[in-house]
Amino acid sequence: MNNFKKLISKLWKSTSGRIGLILVALFLLLALGAPLLSPYDPVKQNLILRSSPPSFSHLFGTDLFGRDILSRLIYGARVSIGIGLGSAFLAVILGSAVGLAAGFLRGRTDTVLMRIVDLLLGFPKFFILLLVVGLGSPSIWLTASVLGALSWMEIARVVRGEVILIREMNYVKAATALGLSPMNIALRYVLPNVSGSIIVSATLLIGTMILIEASLSYLGFGVQPPDASWGTIMNQGRIDPLGTWWISVSAGLAIILSLIGFNLLGDSLRDVLDPRTENAQS
Amino acid sequence: MLAYSIRRLITALPTLFFGVSLTFFIIRLAPGDPTDRFLTPSMSPKIKAAITEKFGLNEPLPVQYMTWAKNVVLNFDFGKSFANGREASQVILDALPYTLLLSSLSLLFGVLLGLISGVYSALKAGTRTDRAITSFLLFFYSVPSFWLGLILLGIFSIELGWLPGSQISSIFHERLSFFGKIGDYASHLVLPVLTLGLTTAPVYGRFVRSSMVEVLNSDFIVSARARGLSERKVVFNYGLRNALLPLISILGTSFPALFSGAVIVEVIYSLPGMGRVMVDAALGRDYPVIMAASVVAFIAVIIGNLLADIGYAVADPRVRIGDSS
Repeated sequence: MNNFKKLISKLWKSTSGRIGLILVALFLLLALGAPLLSPYDPVKQNLILRSSPPSFSHLFGTDLFGRDILSRLIYGARVSIGIGLGSAFLAVILGSAVGLAAGFLRGRTDTVLMRIVDLLLGFPKFFILLLVVGLGSPSIWLTASVLGALSWMEIARVVRGEVILIREMNYVKAATALGLSPMNIALRYVLPNVSGSIIVSATLLIGTMILIEASLSYLGFGVQPPDASWGTIMNQGRIDPLGTWWISVSAGLAIILSLIGFNLLGDSLRDVLDPRTENAQS
Repeated sequence: MLAYSIRRLITALPTLFFGVSLTFFIIRLAPGDPTDRFLTPSMSPKIKAAITEKFGLNEPLPVQYMTWAKNVVLNFDFGKSFANGREASQVILDALPYTLLLSSLSLLFGVLLGLISGVYSALKAGTRTDRAITSFLLFFYSVPSFWLGLILLGIFSIELGWLPGSQISSIFHERLSFFGKIGDYASHLVLPVLTLGLTTAPVYGRFVRSSMVEVLNSDFIVSARARGLSERKVVFNYGLRNALLPLISILGTSFPALFSGAVIVEVIYSLPGMGRVMVDAALGRDYPVIMAASVVAFIAVIIGNLLADIGYAVADPRVRIGDSS
């Protein structure tokens, strides 16, 4: 907990770190407190107020069914950010496990695992997503799992690279000499030293996942009603881009701001956690 | 180099085989029935059975797979589209040129913009100019291509009417002269290329900036400066050359992202490329077209990786790819 406080205060020192922290905290707050914060019921239709532009009672206007856009966006944060966090979490678990095993055990395990990673990296990810998510009737869970299952390879590569360096360190050799089991060494002495890189990759991955999910939903392949992600909401603005501009603009801003938040946070975390880039970033 | 390329392509065959086979089973096991689009609830089950029979969907899955694979390998026959009976391979070949054109123009625009802004930003590191460019890159890095596309479409096509916002050519295209036709295509491609290029540029720009900053701080640059070489020579001959190396490998591996970006942009601007074909095929469970498209997608990724390796070897003489194994 003390480390966490230290990390936050380090991040807070740079402008980009501060903006990143604030944006991410804001969106997490919106997602968690959606029922308290949203002014209207996000699924309640009001046909008299169909497609009405922003006003004081409906700050971001209403959609084609008269639903309040702001409330829909606040509830949409649960879906979009939930999928982003969930899929990134899955990718981190899979990627760290594979990277740790490959880098620590080396030998045949390494060769086989990295062959699989290369193979999966060669998969046209978006197309597979379009097929798997598009052919099913995707729930939030399915979308998050498929996204995560197709995105762990980069993390595995990063973790493996670091683990290969760390396993040659004297403290690892000492632990081996003391007769600790490989599993024990890997989890207690190697993994904590890779955690910095994992946190950075994971934060940047959350942004990427939100973006991919939004693209899928925008094309009509994502989560199905009554759930709505930001991409789903934007999809409605497509029918009449100028006549109902506030739908696309406000949903787009939600996506952009959240992505800026996660990307800035990821970049700043890298500056703070990775000593190599210390002089590269000013 | 040629021998290496051929060997690389041969070693990529398992990836292609495994990936395409996996796709075959994934799409068959996913829910949804290709016959749905031809049926209404009032029709007799006999009609459904007849259509299933006609498409060869009543055989066991492994048998269907073997039949499909045999036809593809021996006759280059991907089967006929369920939607309109056209050869699936022809459907793809008709659409592919538009996607390739859109992707390559956008890649060119994106790389140039990314390179210039990244290098310039690195040279001015720490100044207000640097911060402005970095923020610009971060903004477009975080903008979804479909959002940017929609905004550009709304402003420049619908509101101002400066540029066409859908299709690849005008209705009077056939009556234009040769150069008129080219101009017609070009005007239809401005907004799509702008959309895809602006959203890919930051990927390269951010990368070039950090790699250039690192190189400019390294010892050999300091010593080059100390030897009294002109700043231009230091930056371009020493700095840029070394900073570009990692960019080449990023370029090759960014092909899939470019491809998926093109899919979205094509849908927004109603271009007749692979995007439209893939989305329609996925929605309609048009198995033959999906499979033909997936073969193309896998090959695109494999070629992208190969080009990255070759480009890397050309740019860095230390890498001898001929005797790497």
